[in-house]
Amino acid sequence: MHRASNLTITRRDMLIAGMTSAAAATALRRAEAEVAVSERGAAPPHAKVFFNVNGVERALELDTRTTLLDALREHLHLTGTKKGCDHGQCGACTVIVDGRRMNSCLSLAVMHEGGNITTIEGLGTPNNLHPMQAAFIRHDGYQCGYCTPGQICSAVAVLAELEANVPSHVTGNLTAAAELTHDELRERMSGNICRCGAYSNIVDAITEVAGRKV
Amino acid sequence: MRSFTYERAASPQEAASAAARRPNAKFIAGGTNLLDLMKLEIETPAHLVDVNSLALDRIDPTPEGGLRIGALVRNTDLAADMRVRRDYGVLARALLAGASGQLRNRATTAGNLLQRTRCPYFYDTNQACNKREPGSGCSAVGGFSRQHAIVGASEACIATHPSDMAVAMRALDATVETIRPDGQTRTIPIAEFHRLPGDTPHIETVLEPGELITAVTLPKPVGGTQVYHKVRDRASYAFALISVAAIIHKDGTGRVALGGVAHKPWRVEAAETDMPRGAKSVTAGLLDGAKPTPENAFKLPLVERTFGAIIDEARG
Repeated sequence: MHRASNLTITRRDMLIAGMTSAAAATALRRAEAEVAVSERGAAPPHAKVFFNVNGVERALELDTRTTLLDALREHLHLTGTKKGCDHGQCGACTVIVDGRRMNSCLSLAVMHEGGNITTIEGLGTPNNLHPMQAAFIRHDGYQCGYCTPGQICSAVAVLAELEANVPSHVTGNLTAAAELTHDELRERMSGNICRCGAYSNIVDAITEVAGRKV
Repeated sequence: MRSFTYERAASPQEAASAAARRPNAKFIAGGTNLLDLMKLEIETPAHLVDVNSLALDRIDPTPEGGLRIGALVRNTDLAADMRVRRDYGVLARALLAGASGQLRNRATTAGNLLQRTRCPYFYDTNQACNKREPGSGCSAVGGFSRQHAIVGASEACIATHPSDMAVAMRALDATVETIRPDGQTRTIPIAEFHRLPGDTPHIETVLEPGELITAVTLPKPVGGTQVYHKVRDRASYAFALISVAAIIHKDGTGRVALGGVAHKPWRVEAAETDMPRGAKSVTAGLLDGAKPTPENAFKLPLVERTFGAIIDEARG
């Protein structure tokens, strides 16, 4: 995606630069150049999308290629959500959409018309932490912190999934409710990679929050 | 990613005709596989038809006593459905063995069937791949082939199908329902849905251009002990080296399908008559004619031992 948009900018810059060297860079001609670029089909298709992010309604017109992750970070400047692998493998981009956790890097922003999106910024604030954020701090559930927003969004959703009786790969009896064990939390959090290896503290933090709910 | 135009479809037929009308159009539902491939420019659709708002997200009982699973039912919802957990345990287990919680929340029933292979040579655009670029050759043949197919492959392609869900559906004799651009519907037995690679490995299913999956139907429950055992390099969040979906009845009869060994979920019904005789004899029939590479020959004994362990477990 970045490669393609850089290409567009480069082409436009080259047109403008070319005109400058010909000593003809008037505003009028610059406008003509931009129209010419667009007529050649270089301007990529855009689409409108309207959704709610952390309780605020947002209307955007985006290049159709924009992922939900890039819309949040680059257009709405909610940089708490992180870009790790950008391929759905690391979980750093995890956000909660319509009550469910997902990889925001593997979804187009325009696919979320009317959606309700919660990012780490919507869970708590520095002065009013979400219980999961407070527990991560208390248990040292991170070192560098890069994966932490994704870990916390995922952890909050994991507890909701347990409450909704969603089973997991390690659930022994499929027709019974899953129990809140370390094995269950490890399995359910396996889509969030922590390069620093804070896993055991992350499990402790989630266990504490879950215990308080019960 | 290449740029593309985008539309939201309002009905299944509208989606099918919209996709058929434009060259190089694709449906997008969960997008978890398609967007990954679009970022790598392995998939380069010029137009996307978003089917997420279609009313295909229900699981309904059928008059025959089975379940009709809408194409858009997310993997999490299918695995969490109490009817699936109770009556089709092999399917719930297969779904839960796949991907991560985040991905299962987005991945759909139809999209899961249409997943592309995770062959590393398919993913590396600097390598020859007949699936990605027909006629360019296959770098996996003679390459690093530990993950690849041992049965049903061809000289053109030794890729495997990555789905866990589809393996369980093959064991359950599911059928795939579709709608074509002209509004005609058809049902395709899952056994006939995926193709072997032959010399056209880029054609992976029998779907026609614009044809949209609307549902997957399960016949009435068959009972038995239902097990999905996936062997992989990590305990979670990894694709299968091999997987075994088995349904075993008290008298020792049953069914078995394999994942990670072929270009499609692998099942040989004739081999199942040997089930009361044990894993060795069934596996010999299942993998008859297997042509493993030196790097993936381990899959043959791995299938037999995994299946043997399942039979032992079912007997208690």
